[in-house]
Amino acid sequence: MLVVILVVLVALVLVSAGVIVAVRAAGRSKARGPLAGEPTAPPVERAVATPTPTVDELEALLRAPDVEAPPAEVPAPEAPEIVERPRLRDRLGGTRKAFSGAFGRIRGRKIDDDTWDELEESLLLADVGMLTTTRLLDAVRTGAKETSATEPDELIALLRDEVVALLADDADRSLRLTPGEQNVWMFVGVNGVGKTTTIGKLAAQRVEEGHRVVLAAGDTFRAAAADQLQLWAERTGGELVRGQEGADPSSVVFDAMSAAASRGADLVLVDTAGRLHTKKNLMDELSKLRRIVDRTPGALKEVMLVIDASTGQNGLVQAKQFAEAVDVTGIALTKLDGTSKGGIVLAIQAELGIPVKVVGVGEGTGDLIEFDPAEFASALFSDDV
Amino acid sequence: MFDALSDRLDGIFSKLRSRGRLTEKDVDEISREIRLALLEADVNVRVVKSFIGRVKERAVGAEVAKALDPGQQFIKIVHEELVATLGGTTGKLTMSPKPPTVLMLAGLQGSGKTTAAAKLAKLLKSQGLHPLLVGADLQRPAAVEQLRVLAGRVDVPFYSEATDPVSVARGAIEEAQRLGRNFVIVDTAGRLQIDNDLMDELKAIAAAVQPQNTLLVVDAMTGQEAVNVAEAFNDAVGLDGVILTKIDGDARGGAALSVKEVVGKPILFAGTGEKLDEFEPFHPDRMASRILGMGDVLTLIEKVEATFEEGEKRKAEEILESGRLTLEDFLEQMQQIKRMGPLQNVLGMLPGVPKEVRNAEIDDKDIGRIEAIIRSMTPEERRKPELINGSRRTRIAQGSGTSTSEINNLLKQFKQVQTMMKGMGGLTRKAKGKGKKGKGNKLKGPKLPTGGGLTGSGLPGGLPGFPPR
Repeated sequence: MLVVILVVLVALVLVSAGVIVAVRAAGRSKARGPLAGEPTAPPVERAVATPTPTVDELEALLRAPDVEAPPAEVPAPEAPEIVERPRLRDRLGGTRKAFSGAFGRIRGRKIDDDTWDELEESLLLADVGMLTTTRLLDAVRTGAKETSATEPDELIALLRDEVVALLADDADRSLRLTPGEQNVWMFVGVNGVGKTTTIGKLAAQRVEEGHRVVLAAGDTFRAAAADQLQLWAERTGGELVRGQEGADPSSVVFDAMSAAASRGADLVLVDTAGRLHTKKNLMDELSKLRRIVDRTPGALKEVMLVIDASTGQNGLVQAKQFAEAVDVTGIALTKLDGTSKGGIVLAIQAELGIPVKVVGVGEGTGDLIEFDPAEFASALFSDDV
Repeated sequence: MFDALSDRLDGIFSKLRSRGRLTEKDVDEISREIRLALLEADVNVRVVKSFIGRVKERAVGAEVAKALDPGQQFIKIVHEELVATLGGTTGKLTMSPKPPTVLMLAGLQGSGKTTAAAKLAKLLKSQGLHPLLVGADLQRPAAVEQLRVLAGRVDVPFYSEATDPVSVARGAIEEAQRLGRNFVIVDTAGRLQIDNDLMDELKAIAAAVQPQNTLLVVDAMTGQEAVNVAEAFNDAVGLDGVILTKIDGDARGGAALSVKEVVGKPILFAGTGEKLDEFEPFHPDRMASRILGMGDVLTLIEKVEATFEEGEKRKAEEILESGRLTLEDFLEQMQQIKRMGPLQNVLGMLPGVPKEVRNAEIDDKDIGRIEAIIRSMTPEERRKPELINGSRRTRIAQGSGTSTSEINNLLKQFKQVQTMMKGMGGLTRKAKGKGKKGKGNKLKGPKLPTGGGLTGSGLPGGLPGFPPR
């Protein structure tokens, strides 16, 4: 089987290549340049360690909405107390409205096909995805039969229970940190999801708790990424370890771990360059980075995949690919303070069993909170809009 | 993870074929599958509803019933309808009669505005315009620095000042006039559409410089939220178009359809990679194929472009033309294909590949075994596999750490494909011949065979033709 696939693949690629050359030749024979709007792509080299930094390098800055907060607004030294961290519920206005909006329509009517359609639509609108939505609603249907539910309210209650059940498995959602030894947390994800910001917030919180934190600027493609992390280091009282522009990220990570060991820092937060999960060479680079950390056995405590709450169904594929490359231990769901529903959380938990551990709900350093499934579910379904 | 729409519909259609015409019930059933495909592609739930409505209307009519193959006809309608929706209006940038023309970028955090700004400047410059890049994202000091670096890289002048976004934008116009630049691209800070203060700021910038073009930058991976974002930004500043970024991933990009449907503004450009020249005018037909999960030959061709060196392409072409593929060539070409990314992904781009093949778990490590076998052959054996007799086989098996039956298998299947290759050679010759005649400036590509033993059903009306180059 494989041979056939491969050979056909080769054959088809050959055809494509042949056609390109043929078409090119035709173009040349007519001595016509490419149209302005259709630049012909010159063969591009796709080596991972391109010495010249790329756009990717600069895209880093986009990833950090937090840095956008006016500096005055972030009085880092007098850090906010942990107690004052916002409740998830307070920040999920958008999500709650979507759910209750739909539920408002089905309330007070009897249960019919429209009721089910509305329920389905609310879940889909929350980016829960078809598969998980169907699974949830099937469970509700079964439950409704068992309890012979007649009121839409009963269905909503059942749905809430199902969501809680789906989320509240025995997953350990705390970020693992063993006192007295070196702990490494790695952050990975596609471009623009907020990796650096998440690291900044976590650094602030851990420093506040009395940990000594080293920030490793593992995104060496972009000088600017390191600058951004530098800013966070200054703001939070963490220490930054950065490499030369274009250096092997592995060396930065290695240096950061050595530096942490010699300075007695107990937590190393490793930033990585954003990469699309479809770029094999970049994913390989990430696996290598992980292996470097693994040279100190037991040091790597968390590999956090950062996912933007506005991500659609592709979030699942991302999670799957990153999990394969670096064995993700948890998910940081960012930008949940908008109207984004973050329903992808349900899909990821259901399909892949990767627990969401932290949630980003605002711009301040305190606005990264632990994910609490019960609270998340009840925030979704609470009525007090 | 996702089934292509054609796979989903296969089952239904095979049932239909025996009947030959579609009943309303069939249409409903098919519509459900299409709905599912669209939802998995992140098309907004409400957009899906109205879209399905339109498709159904056409399908229930005579169009499908009369067709020889109702199923294929149905997918064709969906595809056409998608293309129409995605690119009904041809998008063009509006040029101001009195230079400079002003273009403002807006969007959520992390959608790729700054990168898009630089890429756009590069594209416009190649078209003979004289852009000025303006960093009006003062929320984070580094954003300005980022654009400054990018501007240097695309060799376009840059302007910013440490005041406030509105003043920056105003100052930029003056600067453009002073420098004689005729196109100003204003990058703004990322903002949530529910952040009133920041949305007011965006309005103030727009009011100050009156952009002829306000483009929303949308990440192709965005889910249902895309609609809310587009609506809010359109209400606030009045959008003229959309830039879809990060389409080089594998997100289906239903956000594109949703945004287009909701704000009715064209998608003008698409960001197709991390490099500054990976930015191009939007192709509605490709996006439609992608949303439906149909093979994406065009992307495949582009990947070949990007991966294969010119000389290697020529060599590939020669092999193809002669229709003679040796194991040596095979080994060489395998190396190229491996550079295009995981085989599974490459396979996904091929149309007409049966589901069983597409979903086959291909471990790139398995390829290593095949490589090992071929590498254990002498150059002569690679050129003339018929030389391989019993003792040679044993040697090869030992050398590659495989078994003789594996080698037999490889040789047998290779031979089959070789036969197939000969058929393909003719196609390329035809394409080339046409090109050399240089008749007309558009060269229609040949339709690719769906591949020897792999009887693919699926793609409606064969493959999309190759784009004019």
